[in-house]
Amino acid sequence: MNAFMAIVARDLRLALRQGGDILTLTLFFVIVGVLMPFAVGPDRPLLAQLAPAIIWVAALLAQLLSHDRLFRTDFEDGSLAVFRHSVLPLEGVVAAKLLAHWILTGLPLIVATPILALMLGLDMQRFWLALLSLALGTPALAAFGAIGAAVTVGLKRGGLVAPVLVLPLSLPVLIFGTGAFDVARLGGSSQALLLLAALSLVSVALAPFAAALALRISGE
Amino acid sequence: MPDLGLSVHALGVWRGGRAVLADLSFDLAAGEALMLRGPNGAGKSSALMALAGLIRPEEGRIEHLGRDPEAPPLGHMHYVAHAPAIKSGLSVGENLQFWATTLGNADADIASALTQAGLGRLEGLDAGLLSAGQTRRLALARLVAVPRPLWLLDEPTSALDADGAEWVGELVSRHLAQGGMAVVATHLDIAVAGTIKTLTLGGGVQ
Repeated sequence: MNAFMAIVARDLRLALRQGGDILTLTLFFVIVGVLMPFAVGPDRPLLAQLAPAIIWVAALLAQLLSHDRLFRTDFEDGSLAVFRHSVLPLEGVVAAKLLAHWILTGLPLIVATPILALMLGLDMQRFWLALLSLALGTPALAAFGAIGAAVTVGLKRGGLVAPVLVLPLSLPVLIFGTGAFDVARLGGSSQALLLLAALSLVSVALAPFAAALALRISGE
Repeated sequence: MPDLGLSVHALGVWRGGRAVLADLSFDLAAGEALMLRGPNGAGKSSALMALAGLIRPEEGRIEHLGRDPEAPPLGHMHYVAHAPAIKSGLSVGENLQFWATTLGNADADIASALTQAGLGRLEGLDAGLLSAGQTRRLALARLVAVPRPLWLLDEPTSALDADGAEWVGELVSRHLAQGGMAVVATHLDIAVAGTIKTLTLGGGVQ
């Protein structure tokens, strides 16, 4: 097993053994979505119309909750210092942790989407669009979150600062994520999905470098 | 390729806008160890962090001689500090195997390294249940599992019992006999056989 896979496997193993976090994240996602019908009232057409926005805001908030622990425990127990002497450059370490982070925080949301779709009365076409747009968009959310987590890792109360940093970065993801549901306009949906994919590719490619730089500085 | 060595010239480290270390110079050749001594706050840990590449020194230079220029820039050293880099939730064996793989020796003999560290029978135990001394031993087991020429040890015997301190002394002695180098910051005397240089850092740096 090489160093990259070892890091992914370690983070997955730690999260699965210490359990709770994934379940909390998924429940939070579902609960935010479930609250909306109660707030809006039993108006099915209106709910169906709001559904894309509700799903995406819920996903955004749920992922925000989870970013803080991405580097913090490694920073506090000295693992980040040892990672500096790894055979893998720090950028590679961050990329491995990002992959594990997405599997732990992005995938559960996608898996939980059917519950929300049921609550919000999505039709089949828009349900598939919800799944697809989440699959394409959550990597970008995780990548922006990684940058925020790396910048604030040295701060004692970084958990509160990181969301403020990350939310503005996440706006394009939100715009194109909900834009994917725009099936009325010809080509609107596929355009939004393509832009979402582009956003994810660019952010996932650049985030390891930005986050590694931030980690190097905050280690001092 | 020149012989292995570490050359430090007029090293000065600033932290939080204040000089914590000034004008540290020494040369280390293969088979030699440097003991950094001095009162609390003399800059021993900062010196080690600068040598480990974790903080950028404000003044002076650090030269690692005889390295493979193609290798990762910090890939020839071990840094064991106060924070042990041990995860609770993983077993003792998994912790060591993880670092062995990440530090580039995936085929390390984990069982033998743990036995040397005195943790042989605890391989399957959750590392979160170890005592402070056992955690320190597990961190030091990295030195055994992954051979690297330069060791940077920050208070390696803190929390260790007399046997443990003796083991660290033997470990460093063996490392030096095999042509390795070590920089050790310590308050306590560690019995190390070999060429030992001692440098006492003053607390008077302002």
